[in-house]
Amino acid sequence: MIRAAVRFIDQRSGTAPFIKKTLRYIFPDHWSFLLGEVALYCFMLLVATGVYLTFFFDDSVSQTTYHGPYKPLDGATMSHAYQSVLHISFSTKAGLLMRQTHHWAANVFVAAIALHLLRVFFTGAFRKPRDLTYLIGIGMLTLALLEGYLGYSLADDLLSGMGLAIGYSVAMSIPFVGANFATLIWGGPFPGSSSFWPRMFIAHVLIFPILIALLLTIHLVLVASRHHTQFKASKRETERQVVGVPAFPGQAPRSLGLMFAVFGVLFLLGGLVQINPIWLWGPYHVGDATNGAQPDWYLGWLIGALRLVPSWDFTVGSYTVVPNPFWGGVLFPTIVFGIVALWPFLERRVTGDVAFHNLLDRPRDNPWRTALGMALLTWVFLTFMAGSADRVDVLFGIPYSRQIWIYRVIVWVGPLVVGAIAKRVCEELLRGEQAHAVRRAAIAEARLIER
Amino acid sequence: MTKLKDWLVAGGVLLVGRRRRERRPERQRIVAAGAPNRRAENVLLLLFFGVTLAAAAFIAVYALDRLSNQTQWLGLALGGSFCLLAAACFVIAKHLVVSEELAEPYPERESPAAQGEVEQIVHESGSRFTRKRLVTLAGSGALGALGLAALVPAASLGPVLDTDSLYTTPWRKGRRLVDEAGKPFVAGDVREQTFYTAYPEGGDRELIGAPLVVVRLPLEEITEPRRSWAPHGIVAYSKICTHAGCAIALYRTPTFAPTQPRPALVCPCHYSTFDPADAGKVIFGPAGRALPQLPLLVDREGELRAAGNFSGPVGPSWWGVRMGKARS
Repeated sequence: MIRAAVRFIDQRSGTAPFIKKTLRYIFPDHWSFLLGEVALYCFMLLVATGVYLTFFFDDSVSQTTYHGPYKPLDGATMSHAYQSVLHISFSTKAGLLMRQTHHWAANVFVAAIALHLLRVFFTGAFRKPRDLTYLIGIGMLTLALLEGYLGYSLADDLLSGMGLAIGYSVAMSIPFVGANFATLIWGGPFPGSSSFWPRMFIAHVLIFPILIALLLTIHLVLVASRHHTQFKASKRETERQVVGVPAFPGQAPRSLGLMFAVFGVLFLLGGLVQINPIWLWGPYHVGDATNGAQPDWYLGWLIGALRLVPSWDFTVGSYTVVPNPFWGGVLFPTIVFGIVALWPFLERRVTGDVAFHNLLDRPRDNPWRTALGMALLTWVFLTFMAGSADRVDVLFGIPYSRQIWIYRVIVWVGPLVVGAIAKRVCEELLRGEQAHAVRRAAIAEARLIER
Repeated sequence: MTKLKDWLVAGGVLLVGRRRRERRPERQRIVAAGAPNRRAENVLLLLFFGVTLAAAAFIAVYALDRLSNQTQWLGLALGGSFCLLAAACFVIAKHLVVSEELAEPYPERESPAAQGEVEQIVHESGSRFTRKRLVTLAGSGALGALGLAALVPAASLGPVLDTDSLYTTPWRKGRRLVDEAGKPFVAGDVREQTFYTAYPEGGDRELIGAPLVVVRLPLEEITEPRRSWAPHGIVAYSKICTHAGCAIALYRTPTFAPTQPRPALVCPCHYSTFDPADAGKVIFGPAGRALPQLPLLVDREGELRAAGNFSGPVGPSWWGVRMGKARS
């Protein structure tokens, strides 16, 4: 039967040699190489659950009065979009499971990409010939952030409305063209024309997923055509020779197992752990807002940046060159993404290292890279933490304004300190290894002499 | 005859040889051999049974009407089924297929010969052109123009060049303030240390210029020259934060612990804090300009009305925000 199937395919496509090669494709083995795979499986589940949700979602913001099973909102004026999400949550069998799984998968998706990026950065996997692969990955992370934002904006609950107001203000704050750009996207001043919701919807369910899928395909093709990187675990791993487990039968059940595990955990989360209870926030109206509003985790660094910036618009006469949300909402992420995206090229220029690299660095092997990477990470992380200062105020009673002043200092000092410590740790680890190697060589020599 | 004999012998040898080769029992293995593991197989069968059971449970739970905590049961069944399947895969990976460690050379780093040929093909294909730079320039100009033309219809998405509407608000002199239920505000009923939301009577409430926050302060605390805008100390500001467009939904007053020195309007998105007694000036947080204030008056019935439009453009800032005034 196997023979018949293979012959059928080969006679019609001529791909038997390719299939054979694919089956024996070698995967170097290290747990951290699986982070990208987790992101891939999240994406697959996002598409599957997302398609299911589109069958019930209504992208209209025309207003209606709610009369449904959720009594606290009975009689409330809301958009059809919000009503349809309530309907998915309360009146569609398995609807809430799919919606919550979709939301959880989105959160894990971005987390997996971020961790994958950290792994690739700190091991130097981005070096030639994989710098292009890396840039495409950064592109996907950017798309994933926007896609997630669009997703939770579509529900048209109070949180999504507040998020959109902030997004609109950030768009408005772009120097010279902000107002034109924002009114173009929104179809008029906030909250925008009635066609804004269909625009967001089609971007969320068609344009962005297709872009991500396209980049994902190129990413994987490039990975496969240059083969995986590997750590130097023994003398067998070299720049010229890759060592690992073949795709079939060794790697396939591991990867499939990981995929099913990702699906399983996300469905368990979707069923058992409540996420984004949109019915608690209520419908959005321009004049409404709530305290303690927090976005999904992956936008926490941006809300932190928006909150940390002191009151300052840059004006020349009565011309407002830079309105305030630009600093935290545009400039900050542009700098962070700019450094991360340009890093392979900056590093190449500074070190003059233009060689091919198939062997990975351990973080300690490149103290400067690790130090600067840790500094950047600390900068982003502290800003992220600043975004939760209001919750800390509520939970622990530390006044919000005092925390903000502390953060305004430590977001600049922290990266320097952490970077310096990281560099020192790397250097000490290397020195320790060298000392160890010298001692071992001496012992070996001593034994030789004894003989 | 000898020739025929030779042929026969040769044919016989070939036949025998071929048959032998066909009968050769084992091909050389590609995948390394490993010993069977019945115990792992038993575990695998058990896991597959579990997957089937959990999947069936999902269908059963789905089919039930009026089951309390249905979402939780569905998630448990489906997630459990996938997790068991994952476990099955891991058992296969660890105990039932061989984990060979293979080594092979990395792919060729580059193919300089092919690179040269590609370059040559492109170069030679253009050998009939005499004014290459001019043609390239004209060609890119043409494509650029066409690309631009293809992009222009995107301008239909929204008013690109008309930013006038950003200055307009539904407020004008004499417009009555009403609450969420549409009831007018009677000045005598507006109390201190309380926070009210007001809308223009009969106006569209979903406009960014519509919602107001109304608070009452001791008249003598209100700074000149805005004291005349605040009959009985009642002040009204745009409810939309000048930082990022959220509604200002918090009123910090000594009524609540922890007590703070003076009342302030606070936006819950990024905690921009405005002073209602002093023209809505920013006293903390990121907002770059004061909260636009709406001058009030009290009519003969004692109800609150707008005495004009806002002191400045409403909502988040943009490049033109300081060049124009709020208008009706």
